[in-house]
Amino acid sequence: MKRMIDININGEPYRVEIEPQRTLLEVLREDLGLTGTKEACGAGNCGSCTVIMDGKPVLSCLVLAVESQGKNILTIEGLAKDGRLHPLQEAFIEHGAIQCGFCTPGMILSAKALLDETPHPTEGKVRSAIAGNICRCTGYAKIVEAIMAEGR
Amino acid sequence: MSGYSVIGRRLPKEDAISKATGEAKYTVDLSFKGMLWGKILRSKYPHAKILNIDTTKAERLPGVKAIITARDVPDIKYGYALRDQTIFAREKVRHLGEPVAAVAAIDEETAREALALIKVEYEELQAIFDPEEAMQPTAPLIHEGITTYETEYPFWKPIRGGNLCSANRVHVGDVEKGFKDSDFVFEDTFKTPMVYQSYLEPHCSVASFDSSGKVTVWASTAAPFYSQNRLSKILKIPMNKIRVIAPHVGGSHGGKSFDLNSPFCVLLSRKTNRPVKILLSREEDFIAGTPRHPCTIELKTGVKKDGRLVARHAKLVYDTGAYADWGPGLTAQGFSFAPGPYKIPNIKVEAFCVYTNNTVAGSFRGWGCPQPTFAYESQMDIIAAKLGMDPLELRLKNLQEKGDLMVIGQEIPSDGLKETLLKATKEADWKGKKKEKQIRRGIGMACMFYSSGYSSSSCFVKLNEDGTIGVSVGATDIGQGSTTALAQILAEELGVSLEDISMVTADTDTTPWDYGTIGSRCVYIVGNAVKTAAVDMKNQLFQMAAGMLEARVEDMEAKGGMVGVKGSPERAIPLVQLAILSRYVMGGPIIGRGSYMENVRPVDTEKVEGFLFNTFPALVYATQVAEVEVDAETGKVKVLNLTAAHDCGYAINPMSVEGQIEGGVSIGLGFALSEEVLLERGRITNPNFMQYKIFSALDMPKIDSLIVEVHEATGPFGAKGIGEPGLLPTAPAVANAIYDALGVRIKTLPITPDKVLKALKEKSGR
Repeated sequence: MKRMIDININGEPYRVEIEPQRTLLEVLREDLGLTGTKEACGAGNCGSCTVIMDGKPVLSCLVLAVESQGKNILTIEGLAKDGRLHPLQEAFIEHGAIQCGFCTPGMILSAKALLDETPHPTEGKVRSAIAGNICRCTGYAKIVEAIMAEGR
Repeated sequence: MSGYSVIGRRLPKEDAISKATGEAKYTVDLSFKGMLWGKILRSKYPHAKILNIDTTKAERLPGVKAIITARDVPDIKYGYALRDQTIFAREKVRHLGEPVAAVAAIDEETAREALALIKVEYEELQAIFDPEEAMQPTAPLIHEGITTYETEYPFWKPIRGGNLCSANRVHVGDVEKGFKDSDFVFEDTFKTPMVYQSYLEPHCSVASFDSSGKVTVWASTAAPFYSQNRLSKILKIPMNKIRVIAPHVGGSHGGKSFDLNSPFCVLLSRKTNRPVKILLSREEDFIAGTPRHPCTIELKTGVKKDGRLVARHAKLVYDTGAYADWGPGLTAQGFSFAPGPYKIPNIKVEAFCVYTNNTVAGSFRGWGCPQPTFAYESQMDIIAAKLGMDPLELRLKNLQEKGDLMVIGQEIPSDGLKETLLKATKEADWKGKKKEKQIRRGIGMACMFYSSGYSSSSCFVKLNEDGTIGVSVGATDIGQGSTTALAQILAEELGVSLEDISMVTADTDTTPWDYGTIGSRCVYIVGNAVKTAAVDMKNQLFQMAAGMLEARVEDMEAKGGMVGVKGSPERAIPLVQLAILSRYVMGGPIIGRGSYMENVRPVDTEKVEGFLFNTFPALVYATQVAEVEVDAETGKVKVLNLTAAHDCGYAINPMSVEGQIEGGVSIGLGFALSEEVLLERGRITNPNFMQYKIFSALDMPKIDSLIVEVHEATGPFGAKGIGEPGLLPTAPAVANAIYDALGVRIKTLPITPDKVLKALKEKSGR
């Protein structure tokens, strides 16, 4: 049985009709075409699908879409404003923190959630904040550098 | 200073913005009107006869559009070295997870339901999972036709038979005499596990036929041209009717040498006349993927009291699983490097690539070498400890020098390894830290040598009407940054800025041939093709401009977007002007072309038996130093610092080079301490990122990546590859550091807390 839900995504209101068992990740990617949010494990183990829900990072593969009724969701597509990159995006680009890029959207959003709460984190805090976002390409060195540079 | 303006600079990757904004499209993100979902039915048994496949029930399920089995495909065998594999299992299955049927349906759920309705009758056969047992004459045969399989290398004289897929042997000097002449003989057995590449984008392909009968395949692959070739051969479709495109690729680490799903997508798309997508779940990717070969390495080494190595006998057994895949190639590779980068007058190496009913192993960064590197570098420290020598001193004493020979007869071209050894130990304060003995803390080092480059590549360059440049090159950027590095090479050679270049890559219709992103070959081999194309264009521009400026061609230079006379800045013509003139007045539009072939020579297979390659085009070197802290209560090892000095010839883009080293180290640390694909009678019991532990940001130490530049004469601007070496010395460096900390030697990877505790218990019990 389908249900109608209202979600605010990247500052815009959406009304979508969905089946109750579908995840937020599926709805973002398949119904709304917001494919910047990635799926790499589908089980909450890798962080690739991280989005920000009402200011907190969540794994969208573990969130049922119906749970996001009335919530504010920020995905990677909503981070740049008026054609200008978010400073974290710039830092990731400039520091070489992006290789294959599959972890990047989730990584940047986890970092953003951290910096929104703790604008000047220690390196340990940065590493803890992204501990649930796995990256197989970079060894995290340049990712941590980029986040630290932005949180200085 | 180098005087270069574009190369040697830390520049962001050209695709970084699109990846940071979520705009970059990967194969998993593609969707087409009318697209169907494909799913693959996989064998439930490790070794069984297929008696019957009944698809009638599944065909009746609403939403199912096509079902295919071995009956629907040509009976053609394929393989990288040995043609032993078919798209679907025929007559029997040889491993759990081998494809037996495939379905296309209107959605994923329906496709999954359909799989459950396909009835396959099996008759189980005796299965074998241990390569040593598989080599026994009484072992059940996995490939009855092993001696009849065709090979991909015309000159290859394979050693094979029974469950032996391939083997290599070489004997230099006289090892038995060498052992007799030694003061000490060390015998150790090392074991390394199956490990999984863990690229984040799972294997995914989409295929779509058009009305002319041409199929376009979008695939998460590192080698689109290889894919086009294989699809053409196994499906009997001419290559001009197959276009393979690699969109952004979410990592490969060796595991995407072939796009596993593409044959099924093409077949299902042809049958349904609709686009078909197959995306593996993570669990399925563990099962269907081609992880690193588990390996057992027996190493016997004779040494003089003063530390000189006299003789070494290495025996390597690689478990390739049910099919050869890249096994014979990477066994030969591991075999070549197995004695270590040391002067040893008497060497015998035997390497065996063995079939079992385990999951098929394949290509993973480091190609057969992390296994012997762990062995020979661990044993170096065992020797150093016994002789009471500093491990650094022992290595310096025995290091091969320029002009020395590898066992395959190839000359060591430089003393790059020594440079990395001295640089890494200096930066890591080896001597200082080795002296200050701290409780539960240790420091360890390891060296490695390895190859860079394989095969050939090609490139087109065109001059646009406004003087900007279009480049077409087959290389696939899987995240490592090849597209940017290649653009840097081109810009440098043509004297233009990066902004003036646009790159088209990894599309078999619009770019010229390339082998693929394997073997640390992009910057080195493709870079040479790109540079050659740039020189070709430049020569045409020089001819034109020299005529106009009434100057000699040899006095011309390309710089700052102009072509002019060296030393006379006022006598120069902008590229835009040459572009327009070439189009409307003289000569015709300018196109540069470049092809490059690796510079190698044959290996003497009378001496180096069963070898299937030529010599290696270039060699790369590295030394890493690890500092660890071990909790003796829990056995947990924490890596505190990792210093990695790598010779890359010349760093075209130092930021990307560091990225390759750092990423390599993280995979190396997983190999050392946490990663192992667990198999129980051929079944993977931990096929997920919860139980299969790759390193997180919290686990990673501080990495000090140091670039060593020993000019490579055959490389573009002296550059060679850096893609694979990052992970090679890591595990032995960590194992050696653990020994330094605790005095226990662990010879089986990964070094988990239980192994540390057990070793400590055994040590105190004595």
